Amino acid sequence: MSEQTARLESIRALIAAHKRWDLVFATVGVLALMVGVLTFVALFAQMMIDGAPRLSWDFFTNFPSRKPDQAGILSAWVGSTLVMIVTAATAVPLGVGAGVYLEEYAPKNWMTDLIEINVTNLAGVPSIVYGLLALGLFVYGFGLGQSILTAGLTLGLLILPVVIVATREAIRSIPAVIREGAYALGATKWQTTSHHILPYSTPGIMTGVIIGMARAIGETAPVITIGALTFIAFLPAAPFSGDPPAGLFDWVMSPFTVMPIQMFNWTSRPEAAFHQNAAAAGLVLVVMTLSMNALAIYIRYRLRKSIKW
Amino acid sequence: MVGTPAPKIASVTAAAARPAAAAKSETKALSFYYGAFQALKSISMPIYEKKVTALIGPSGCGKSTYLRCFNRMHDLYPGNRYEGQIMLYPDNTNILNPVVDPIEVRMRISMVFQKPNPFPKSIYENVAYGLRVRGERKRALLDEKVEDALRGAALWDEVKNRLNDLAFNLSGGQQQRLCIARALATDPEMLLFDDPTSALDPIATASIEQLIAELKEKITILIVTHNMQQAARVSDYTAYMYLGELIEFDATDTIFIKPRNKQTEDYITGRFG
Amino acid sequence: MTSLSQANRIEALPDTFVSDRLARRKLRHVQERIIEFVLFLAACVSVATTLGIVVILLTESFVFFQQVSLWDFLTDNQWTPLFADAHYGILPLLSGTLVSSMVALLVAIPLGTIIAIYLSEFAPFGVREVAKPFLELLSGIPTIVYGYFALLFVTPLLQKLIPGLPGFNLLSAGIVMGIMIIPTVSSVSEDAMRAVPMALREGSYAMGATRFQTAIRVVTPAAFSGIAAAYILGISRAVGETMILAVAAGMQPNLTWNPLEPAATITAYIVQVALGDLPHGSIGYQTIFAAGLSLALMTLVFNVLGHMLRKRYRQAY
Repeated sequence: MSEQTARLESIRALIAAHKRWDLVFATVGVLALMVGVLTFVALFAQMMIDGAPRLSWDFFTNFPSRKPDQAGILSAWVGSTLVMIVTAATAVPLGVGAGVYLEEYAPKNWMTDLIEINVTNLAGVPSIVYGLLALGLFVYGFGLGQSILTAGLTLGLLILPVVIVATREAIRSIPAVIREGAYALGATKWQTTSHHILPYSTPGIMTGVIIGMARAIGETAPVITIGALTFIAFLPAAPFSGDPPAGLFDWVMSPFTVMPIQMFNWTSRPEAAFHQNAAAAGLVLVVMTLSMNALAIYIRYRLRKSIKW
Repeated sequence: MVGTPAPKIASVTAAAARPAAAAKSETKALSFYYGAFQALKSISMPIYEKKVTALIGPSGCGKSTYLRCFNRMHDLYPGNRYEGQIMLYPDNTNILNPVVDPIEVRMRISMVFQKPNPFPKSIYENVAYGLRVRGERKRALLDEKVEDALRGAALWDEVKNRLNDLAFNLSGGQQQRLCIARALATDPEMLLFDDPTSALDPIATASIEQLIAELKEKITILIVTHNMQQAARVSDYTAYMYLGELIEFDATDTIFIKPRNKQTEDYITGRFG
Repeated sequence: MTSLSQANRIEALPDTFVSDRLARRKLRHVQERIIEFVLFLAACVSVATTLGIVVILLTESFVFFQQVSLWDFLTDNQWTPLFADAHYGILPLLSGTLVSSMVALLVAIPLGTIIAIYLSEFAPFGVREVAKPFLELLSGIPTIVYGYFALLFVTPLLQKLIPGLPGFNLLSAGIVMGIMIIPTVSSVSEDAMRAVPMALREGSYAMGATRFQTAIRVVTPAAFSGIAAAYILGISRAVGETMILAVAAGMQPNLTWNPLEPAATITAYIVQVALGDLPHGSIGYQTIFAAGLSLALMTLVFNVLGHMLRKRYRQAY
């Protein structure tokens, strides 16, 4: 009997020792997460302390200047907005179209495999390589110059894989019965796609588009590479302000700058006053990207809860 | 009887209270709830030492649920609740007591699952896993125990020259015997089998059944099976369950030849199932 | 006459005999084919993009390599394309890339793996639901902001710990880059671990193992190829990162293996050239394509490896 008790006691001691490791690891896991949290907090705090005082109406409506306290982000955020318009106009039709083709139309052959491999591969290409592509092909090859159009096309290509994957996943989550129901009523493929598939997958596609755009807004390297200038003290021509018909799109060919490049410019200056401007610009940029990402996450969360197939 | 006197059991049938076997475990008014759903309803029965007890019944009757109470497997998932007791002898521990550590219970009671689930490791490391988890590191001791366990599972001759091969490379029947060896390596007091041959071909099934017949001389066995013939072949005692209740518990011969309960008889003769 | 035989003779009959519905169906059929073709073209853009990248990098590099031998490119230990005595050895840029990536991986791989194991095997449901979106947000911060953080917060902090640390250095850029990559490593690893079937975990727990023992001895080895894919994707991101290094590590090529020094990476060099004024077609202009080609080849290898490993773990279960 005591042999049994001795055995039990040694088992219990062993288990207690091993469970300590459970606790140790759980603590380490939380600490590791804290590294991320602390970085986030420190980053925000640093930018708030340095940059919040600089945020004012003037900051948003002034052009950059040699005098730090007079400098503002007007040309930067206008440039960013215009570039984003071209980016969306590129990525959304191409991305959704490609996603629809791959999910609804593509036969299982080598061509489809090739396309899919390319999409996966492009997702992992460094963004600066897109810049080099744009420099060689769009700026000089097509002669589009160092313009908003070039930047928009480049960033559109950059986020294309994100939109394609989001579209495909959104379409895949629609049960086959819905499709079958439409076809059974005599609808053609395109009718089924446009009347049923696309509307139901819109929230999922939107999530992908928003995440892609959030990424594009913050991209610096490809835009620098195509030659966006870092000191722009003027605005591109207002959209549709030139003489029609060609002049309507003057803005698209104009030189420009974007928010991350403005921040880069100010960060690179040695004077601390410019660093404050950089912090303020960074705050604006981070708020923009984080709210877009948060919006996408929220849509995805609501999507999971609301649509009950 | 010499040695530890068999505890007094309020057993379901008088016939089962033959003094020939001591009890290893006794279940007392066990109920089990998955959330709000009551899966087991007040089950009381003994498990006799060094005998094979079989749990039979149609799908969904709760036999696997009952089996998994023995090693507190339900603790792994949220929302489950036990009521009642499962006593383990001779130390009178209630397995279901929240104070009792499930890890301790699992170190005393091992389980073999329905589908073989070897780890992505070598054959040797699979069998040695339980020992390593107990902190055993001496190579000589591990070697000895691994060989004993593999012999006990009737697998040694087939694998002794390739102990470092991945367990995945074994056939289904061999993998299941590997899982049995893994369960045996730690000298458990009781072995739980959750329908161990339903995923295997007839030849592998026969070898496992023979193994169980050999193992029972050293260790108490509780086996769930959906195959009545298997229960008849392999077990000493049988419990028939239906919709979460224990309908009848008795010696296997009695259950299969002359059951006292009409429901049992209907199931055995195939009138429903 | 049945409508079927009518349909077969559409060509032969005058218009008034062809039913409206059949004519519309043919038009619809043509429309469908056009739409399918347009969508196909959209899908081909991705192939065209890859082709474009390959063509541009190769043609410009080809011109470059007509003037600089491949041997010099790979073995010269100076990169000074804009000096009078120009050298075109990629080693200084390569060392900058490798050292900063190593630092980043020394941060991202341990922390990312620990977080993945913790979230997959230990964390209560509520913690997971908050931590995963949070990590997603962390990886969504623009890299220029991380660069700013590295230069103006991390470097001064490190300078207090390491006296004599220069204002531009690979260490602080590498650390911040590592933190940025943690979500990539942890989310792919965690996906791989969650794909491990519960049956394996039950087998381990049934042997009396604790949560930690099960996580380390059973789940992590079972998820190995997915975890390896995560590491490789992390490497690929580290190698391709630009802004953090351009801002915080300086843009001076420097052949060094010491992270406490400033150095330029392949990517930072490209930015430096793009910021300046280089005439199209000059050799200075072409150097960025040669550098870009090296970078693209490196990341291609990593991406292909990572993709293969990822496919393997998806198939295994």
